Amino acid sequence: MQFDRPATTNPIDRLKVVGQPIRRIDGQLKTTGRAMYAYEWHDTNTPYAYGYPVGAAIAKGRIKSIDISAAEKAPGVLAVVTAPEVGERKKGKFNTAKLFGGDQVQHYHQAIAVVVAETFEQARAAATLISVDYAEEKGSFDLRQAMDTAVKPASGDPDSGAGDFDTAFKAAPVTFEESYSTPDQSHAMMEPHASIAVWEGDELTLWTSSQMIDWWRSDLATTLDVDKEKIHLMSPFIGGGFGGKLFLRADAVLAAFAAKAAKRPVKVALPRPFMMNNTTHRPATIQRVRIGAQRDGKITAIAHESWSGDQPGGQPEAAVMQTRLLYAGENRMTAMRLATLDLPEGNAMRAPGEAPGLMALEIAMDEMAEKIGIDPVEFRIINDTQVDPEKTERPFSYRNLIGCLKTGADHFNWSARGRPGSRREGNWLIGMGVAAAFRNNIHFPSGARVRLNAEGVVTVETDMTDIGTGSYTIIAQTAAEMMGLTIDKVAVQLGDSRFPVSAGSGGQFGANCSTAGVYAACVKLREAVSQKLGFNSADVIFENGEVRSGNRAVPLAEAAGSKGLVGEDTIQWGNLTETHQQSTFGAHFVEVGVDVATGESRIRRMLAVCAAGRILNPVTARSQVLGAMTMGAGGALSEELAVDTRRGFFVNHDLAGYEVPVHADIPHQEVIFMDETDPMSSPMKAKGVGELGLCGVSAAIANAIYNATGIRVRHYPITLDKLIGGLPDVA
Amino acid sequence: MRAFTYERASSVEAAAKAAASNPEAKFIAGGTNLLDLMKLEIETPTHLIDINGLGLDKIETTADGGLRIGALVRNTDLAAHETVRRDYGLLSRALVAGASGQLRNRATTAGNLLQRTRCPYFYDTNQPCNKRQPGSGCSAIGGFSRQHAVVGTSDACIATHPSDMAIAMSALDAVVETAKSDGSRRSIPIADFHRLPGDTPHIETILESGEFITAVVLPPPFGGKHIYRKVRDRASYAFAIVSIGAVIQQDGTGRVAVGGVAHKPWRIEAADTELPKGARVTASALLADARPTEQNRFKIDLVERALGAVIAEARD
Ligand SMILES: Cc1cc2nc3c(=O)[nH]c(=O)nc-3n(C[C@H](O)[C@H](O)[C@H](O)COP(=O)(O)OP(=O)(O)OC[C@H]3O[C@@H](n4cnc5c(N)ncnc54)[C@H](O)[C@@H]3O)c2cc1C
Ligand code: SF4
Repeated sequence: MQFDRPATTNPIDRLKVVGQPIRRIDGQLKTTGRAMYAYEWHDTNTPYAYGYPVGAAIAKGRIKSIDISAAEKAPGVLAVVTAPEVGERKKGKFNTAKLFGGDQVQHYHQAIAVVVAETFEQARAAATLISVDYAEEKGSFDLRQAMDTAVKPASGDPDSGAGDFDTAFKAAPVTFEESYSTPDQSHAMMEPHASIAVWEGDELTLWTSSQMIDWWRSDLATTLDVDKEKIHLMSPFIGGGFGGKLFLRADAVLAAFAAKAAKRPVKVALPRPFMMNNTTHRPATIQRVRIGAQRDGKITAIAHESWSGDQPGGQPEAAVMQTRLLYAGENRMTAMRLATLDLPEGNAMRAPGEAPGLMALEIAMDEMAEKIGIDPVEFRIINDTQVDPEKTERPFSYRNLIGCLKTGADHFNWSARGRPGSRREGNWLIGMGVAAAFRNNIHFPSGARVRLNAEGVVTVETDMTDIGTGSYTIIAQTAAEMMGLTIDKVAVQLGDSRFPVSAGSGGQFGANCSTAGVYAACVKLREAVSQKLGFNSADVIFENGEVRSGNRAVPLAEAAGSKGLVGEDTIQWGNLTETHQQSTFGAHFVEVGVDVATGESRIRRMLAVCAAGRILNPVTARSQVLGAMTMGAGGALSEELAVDTRRGFFVNHDLAGYEVPVHADIPHQEVIFMDETDPMSSPMKAKGVGELGLCGVSAAIANAIYNATGIRVRHYPITLDKLIGGLPDVA
Repeated sequence: MRAFTYERASSVEAAAKAAASNPEAKFIAGGTNLLDLMKLEIETPTHLIDINGLGLDKIETTADGGLRIGALVRNTDLAAHETVRRDYGLLSRALVAGASGQLRNRATTAGNLLQRTRCPYFYDTNQPCNKRQPGSGCSAIGGFSRQHAVVGTSDACIATHPSDMAIAMSALDAVVETAKSDGSRRSIPIADFHRLPGDTPHIETILESGEFITAVVLPPPFGGKHIYRKVRDRASYAFAIVSIGAVIQQDGTGRVAVGGVAHKPWRIEAADTELPKGARVTASALLADARPTEQNRFKIDLVERALGAVIAEARD
C-alpha cells in the first residue's frame, strides 16, 4: 500500500479496539516468566555450550600476540576463537567500529576473543587465562580537548540556516549566549545483549535481542560473509533496548563464530561492563546556543551549534535538529562539528539528537525568558510556528505545542511558581520548571502478513519487535479493528526473520509504521474475504466477527473455510513528509526539592503533556512516557559515563557506578495525551510517543533546580557538587 | 571464578582450625561481596570456609548492659531488632540506608565490616590498582576520583571504605571480638580495626591470617539523638558520597563518625569535643589533614554542610 494522500475515514476510526486502554496481551507471559528472552531459549535435548567474550584491555593499538594455550587446556573448554585468527571482516552497514576480527584495537573492551566451554563458569574462568601482548597507541579521548580539531561531517545535514543570523543577532535588543554540555550516556537496559547461535550445515539460526531484525540479519550476513538467506534470526522478546540493540552487536557475531568452532549451539551474553565499553552509547556534546529577541519576546535570531566525537567514520550526535523546527525566528543557523575520538562507538540512544539537544536549548529558552522578563511558558507560546521556520512554505502536518503548554500549565498549577530561591519547606528549596518536548515523526516501510483461519482467528506475522513498548498489543488491536474482531481473536507473532520485514523498533517510528503495515495487510485480507464471498469490497463491513454486505452476513470463520485466507502487504510512504513537516510535541512540568544543606536534588512531581496524533493504546503509551520521563530524570541528575581521559574508557562500567534512577527517585508522575489525530502521518493517524516523552524532561528538571535555588547549572548531570558552592549557609 | 573447595564449619574451633591449615582459605558469610569479587577474580581463594552454621547469629545483652551482636546476624535482623531500634537508632538507620532489602537479608555483621572498596578501578582487572595488585600503581589518582577518599589517603591508594553500618559502629565505640586460628580470642576496638592505606592498601584490617570475627559488642546505650545522614546522587541503592553518623545529646555534646571520606570509618575524638561549637569547627577538626583530588574537593564542604544539618536536626 502506498500512503501518499492524507488518510480519510477508515475502519480504524471506529475505535472499538484501537485507542482503548487494553492491557498488554503478552503481560501474563512476562509476569509469569514464560516470555523467553534471548539467552533463555532452552531445548533440553540441545547440548548448548557457553561462550564468554574477552574485551581489549587497551583503548587503541594492535594485538602483537595472543596466548590462548592455558585457556585451551582449562577444564571444559571446547574452543577459543580470537580476533586475529578470524581476521579482518567486512563491517556491517550500520556499524562504525568493527565488532570482531583482525588485530587492531579501536576501543576499550572491543571483542578480541571468545572462549567456549561446557559451562558458563568454565568459559568465564578460562577467559581470564588468555594473555595478550599489545602495541598500545596514543588515542584521543577528551572531547573538550578535541573540539578544535572537530570538522564538518561529510554526510548528514550538518549545517542549516535561513535569513542572516549574525546581523540579526547583533541588532537584537535582547541577546543571550551560553554553552552547555551533556555527558556520554549508556542505554543501560535491563537485558544485556545475548545470542544463541546454531549452525546446521551452512545455515545459521540465531536467537538474539534485537530491535531491528532485518538490519541485524543483513549486517550479520556481511560480517560472516554468508548469504543472508541462510540466516534465520529470532527475537520475540526483548528486555529493553533504547537504541542499544538497533545495530548488530558483538554477541551475535561471537556466538556465530563460537558455534562454528565448537560445532555446538553456543550461548553468548555480554557481561554488564561490556554494555558501556563494548557496545554503543549516546555521545557527549558541547553545545552553544545564541538567541536574539525583541523586548516583546519575539525571537529574531536563533543559533545552535553542537560538538561531539566518535570513532573514525562515525556520525555526530545531531543535537541541533530540533532547533531547526521548534521555534519561530527569521534569522537562524545550526551547525554540527565532529571530532575523532577513540572512545567506544557513539550511536543512537533513545531520541538521539533531540534528547541532548533539548537539554541545552530548553535551558537556554528558560534563561532567555528570564532575561526578557516573560514567563517561560508564555515565551514559548509567543515563538510558536505553524510552518518549518527554515522553509516557510512547508507547514507542519499538525502542531499543537501551545495546547500542550497551556494544558500542562493549568494542570500543574504553574502560576504558583515563585521567584528563584523563594520557596522553602523545612530543609527543602522547592522549584518548578518547564520545557517543551519535540521529536520528529519518522517513516520506514513496514510489512505484515495476516492469516484468517477456520476458527475465525486472525494471526499477524511481522518481523516487528516488542522491546517492552507494547507492539504485540497495538498490533493485535489494529488487526482486531480492521477485521471486526475482539482482541482475543487475534494472535500476534513478532521478531522472526521468516516474517515480512517491518519498520522495527527505533526512532519512535515503530508503533505508527508497524501498525500501518498491519493495516495494509488487513486491507488485503479483507479483499480476499470479500472476493471469496463474491462481495463488492467497497461496501462490506467487518464487525462482530462477521463480514456483511447488504443483507448478507457471513461469520469470518466460515468465510475462511478450511484452507484459511491470507493477506500480506507492506506500507510504503509517499512524499507527505516532504510537503509537510511531521513532528510530535509536548510539554514537561517538574517540581523538585533541593536539600539546602547537601544540594541533593529530588523530584517531587512530574507532568508530561503529549501531542502525538492518535494514541493507539493509552495504557501502553502512558507506560512509554513514564519510562521516558524516568530516563530523563536519570539524565538530569545522575547518569554520566565517566571518561578516563588518560586510558580512554568509561570507568563506571556497571550499574553500581552508572546510576540510573531507582524507585525512590521517581515519585508522582502524570501523563496527559492531547486528543488529536494526524491524517498526514498514516492510515492509523498516529505518531510516536516513546521518545517524545524523554525530550525536554532533563531541561525541565534543570530549570526547576534553578527556580528552587537560583543556581544555573549548564553541565549535566546536575549533581550536588555543582550546587553546594552556591547554596545558602547552614552552619 | 577460580575453582575452589568448600567446607561448612560446625564450630568456632573447627573454623579456626580449618583456617590455620590453609592460608589461602577465606571465610564466607552472606557472600554478597565475596562472591562478586570471586567472579571477577579479584578474590581468588582456593578454599571457602562457610561459617553460617556456628550459631553466631544471636543478639544478646551483655553483663554491663551493652549488646553482643553475633558476626552472622543479618543486616535486616540487626536493623529490625527492638533493642537496636530503641537504644542504638544510629545503627539501625545506617543499616537500612545501605544496599537493598534483598542484600540486607543476606549480608552479615562481620561481612559488612569487611566488605571491600567500591573504587571502580579496583573492579576492573585491566587497570593498575595497588589494592588489587600491590605495586601496580593507583589508577584513581589522576583519574576518576569523585567518590574517593579525601583524608587519611596515601600515594598508594585513595579508596574509601563503603560501609554504612561501620560508620554507626565507629560512632558507637563498638568492639570487634575475634577468634584466632590458634584458638585464642581477642577484642579489638573498632577504631583500631580498619587500617589506613599507607604503602599496603591491600591490607585493610588488623586481622591476622585465619583470624575471624565472632561478634561485635556495643557498650551500654549513650542516650541522645541518633542520626544517620547519607548523602548520595540518587535517593536509594547507592553508596554514600559522604555520610554522617552522630549521637548528639541535649547539651550539644556528642560523637560523630564520617563515611565516604576515608579508607576506614572516619572518627577523630578531638572533633567530638568540638561538636557543641558547631559544624564548621567540628568539620575542620575532622578533615584537618584532608588531601582531596580536584574531583572530590567538594566533599570537604559537603561534610561540613551535612554535619550542620545533622546538628540542626538534633536541636529540633
Ligand atoms: C549492589 C550492592 C549494593 C550495596 N550497597 C551498599 C550500601 O549502600 N552500603 C553498604 O554499607 N553496603 C552496601 N553493599 C555491601 C554489602 O553491605 C556487603 O556486601 C555485605 O555487608 C557483606 O556481607 P556478607 O555477609 O555478604 O559478606 P561476605 O561477602 O560473605 O564476606 C565479605 C568479606 O568478609 C569476610 N568475612 C565474612 N565474615 C567473616 C567473619 N566472621 N570473620 C572474618 N571474615 C569474614 C569474607 O571472607 C569476605 O572477605 C552493597 C552490596 C551490593 C552487592
Ligand atoms: S584508589 Fe586504591 S583501590 Fe582505587 S585504584 Fe587506587 S589503589 Fe586501587
